[in-house]
Amino acid sequence: MAQEVKDSPEITTSAKISFWYDPTKRAVIYQVVVLGIVGMVAYYLFSNTLANLERQNIATGFGFFTKEASFEIGESAIPYSAADTYGRALLVGVLNTIKVSFIGIILTVILGTFLGIARLSRNWLVAKLAGIYIEVMQDIPVLLQLVFWYAVFYDTFPSPRQALNPISGVFLCNRGMAFAVPEPHPVYGYMALALVIGCLAVWVLRRWAKKRQEKTGQIFPVVLISLAILLVLPLATWLLGGAPLKMNVPKLVGFNFEGGTTFSPEFAALLLGLVLYTAAFVAEIVRAGIQAISRGQVEAAMSMGLKPGQVLRLVILPQALRVIIPPLTSQMLNLTKNSTLAIAIGFPDFVSVANTTINQTGQAIEGVGMIMVVYLFFSLSTSGFMNWYNKRVALVER
Amino acid sequence: MQEAHETTVLKPPVTRVGVVGWARANLFSSVFNSFLTIVTIYFLWKIVPGLIRWALIDSSWTTTGAECQAAGGACWSIVTKNLRFIIFGFFPYDWQWRPLLAMIILFTLLIVSRNRRYWKKWLGYLWLIGLFVMGLLLKGGLFGLPSVESTKWSGLPLTLLLSVFGLTAAYPLGVLLALGRQSRLPAIKSLSVVYIETIRGVPLISLLFMSSVMFPLFLPEGITINNILRAQVAIILFTAAYIAEVVRGGLQAISRGQYEAAESLGLNYYQKMRLIILPQALKIVIPPSVGILISAFKDTSLVVIIGLFDLLKTTQATLSDPRWMGFSVEAYIFIALIYFTGCFSMSSYSRRLERELYRGT
Repeated sequence: MAQEVKDSPEITTSAKISFWYDPTKRAVIYQVVVLGIVGMVAYYLFSNTLANLERQNIATGFGFFTKEASFEIGESAIPYSAADTYGRALLVGVLNTIKVSFIGIILTVILGTFLGIARLSRNWLVAKLAGIYIEVMQDIPVLLQLVFWYAVFYDTFPSPRQALNPISGVFLCNRGMAFAVPEPHPVYGYMALALVIGCLAVWVLRRWAKKRQEKTGQIFPVVLISLAILLVLPLATWLLGGAPLKMNVPKLVGFNFEGGTTFSPEFAALLLGLVLYTAAFVAEIVRAGIQAISRGQVEAAMSMGLKPGQVLRLVILPQALRVIIPPLTSQMLNLTKNSTLAIAIGFPDFVSVANTTINQTGQAIEGVGMIMVVYLFFSLSTSGFMNWYNKRVALVER
Repeated sequence: MQEAHETTVLKPPVTRVGVVGWARANLFSSVFNSFLTIVTIYFLWKIVPGLIRWALIDSSWTTTGAECQAAGGACWSIVTKNLRFIIFGFFPYDWQWRPLLAMIILFTLLIVSRNRRYWKKWLGYLWLIGLFVMGLLLKGGLFGLPSVESTKWSGLPLTLLLSVFGLTAAYPLGVLLALGRQSRLPAIKSLSVVYIETIRGVPLISLLFMSSVMFPLFLPEGITINNILRAQVAIILFTAAYIAEVVRGGLQAISRGQYEAAESLGLNYYQKMRLIILPQALKIVIPPSVGILISAFKDTSLVVIIGLFDLLKTTQATLSDPRWMGFSVEAYIFIALIYFTGCFSMSSYSRRLERELYRGT
């Protein structure tokens, strides 16, 4: 073996190097200068701000959190009225942001995966249509798409009396989208419980099956049995509970729908715009991920005697996910960040509520600071989680 | 016994070539594929004729809003009748040739820059002159052109101004940030990392809010800067962080040997970066930079939210006119078409460039 090469021998003549040509001293000087400039600019802005705040009589600090907000919010996941505090109003905003991002991300991943696969389809027509969709959606600003869908709801959909009824139980009108939901019944709670128990059972089963396979080499059909457990347990609970079937169908009462669940036009337009836009990007990511796997991998797996399901589960997916997940994470974050455009169509997301707060209290610095902190928190926590997951699926090399 | 064998050339079966063969291979290769094709065609049959009828046959092109209502189809008149307002907004009517000329200069420059043979120094100077002339045409106040208040700048010229000047100004800042992030000096490195990650973690809207409500507080008493410049600063600060990440990718793609060779030639840091590393790194990142330009072009539409009259806002202003109410879908389709043309030509150019550059020609 070659002898380990030492780093270039320390120059021991540092005494002879003049002060200006010593790299370490130079580095310190540069950094002190840069930090000094940044600090001075910051101090200048800070002192200006303080003077301005004092002159304009603007309060500082987060005291407004406990004051009465005195503005209404169109939709809210928790009870809220104008008499509540700013703190609660902002919480409503955060919950609305989480709601639209969460539903949006799930729908986007599903639609994007379909489109990505369709783009690679051997069917010429399907592949071309998916390609056109992806190109068109990527090239139109998401804000324009949001206002477009909002306009579709507002301008072209009829009033509730003549609501469109594309599928039974779903109504589209200029007051939003109303659709039927199952009538609340205690059995649904037990079904959820059964699902949780089922998940636990599957987890235990997988561990047991893996151990047994490592010991004896016998393969247990884990996937089939797990699916069966997850389906049968809640279904059995439902049957035992008397199989309630009653649906809460929206009905026209006066000028609007009652019953069922209604998505306001703002929420529906926001969700539709974000999902359709982001799905185009996700589709490209999925396509790239699938194309990244060489044919040899599939052929090798098959010639080892793996069944098609196993090829997909053990060979294709782990490799494709490794390529897909990092860019997918940034698309999810993009969707969350783009949900701030809700303000343009009047959906009360966090930014919109914070903006009202800024306008009412005049405390711009706290308001903008809050917006930044909340979105930084979303970004950092999502990317933290995704990095953890990515490490789990990452290729372990040497 | 010499008998000439007559060879008959058999044509391939008709079901394997031509239209039928193509359809068999691409549309009906399996049961599932055939099913998919039929379902798709059924949906197209349901949707496309109605759409064509609405957009072309029943549509009105140069009528008034009331006549549009009667015709029932698409009302493109909202675009044709209000075209000058949608494109130029509040720019004084008699002087609208100035932004038009500025846009023509911009498009000419863009078309010239597409050709890689012209990527020489003179093109850079040409761009500088071009940007100056464009600014002059908008602002006026020199060579006998009357000055136009920046509050009157609106419509498509404003959208282009924000994205082109935004990218031009953000690029040097982004390169500096990328170099800072790669730096060995801990203070500079951490400053750059914090800046880049913070900006990339927050939505553009929060920066725009910052520019519209916080900048006035930052400045000493009596000094105000106008709305457009403030939004422009926010866009520059935002874009710079994304450029920094793209450029960092380029810096990392240069092999260590290049850095070491430059150092062993005795070049100092600035010479090393300016003469060896950046020329190579920046060439690699041209295609992704076009991607950033596309994003910047699309993102400028967000200035609507802080009340600037860009292309989207002038359209919405037209729509709030009672004579044209209810035709928002047509108007939005028109500006979507403008955005699509711009973004599509840029993205297809970037793909072509990528192929050429990576082929190594």
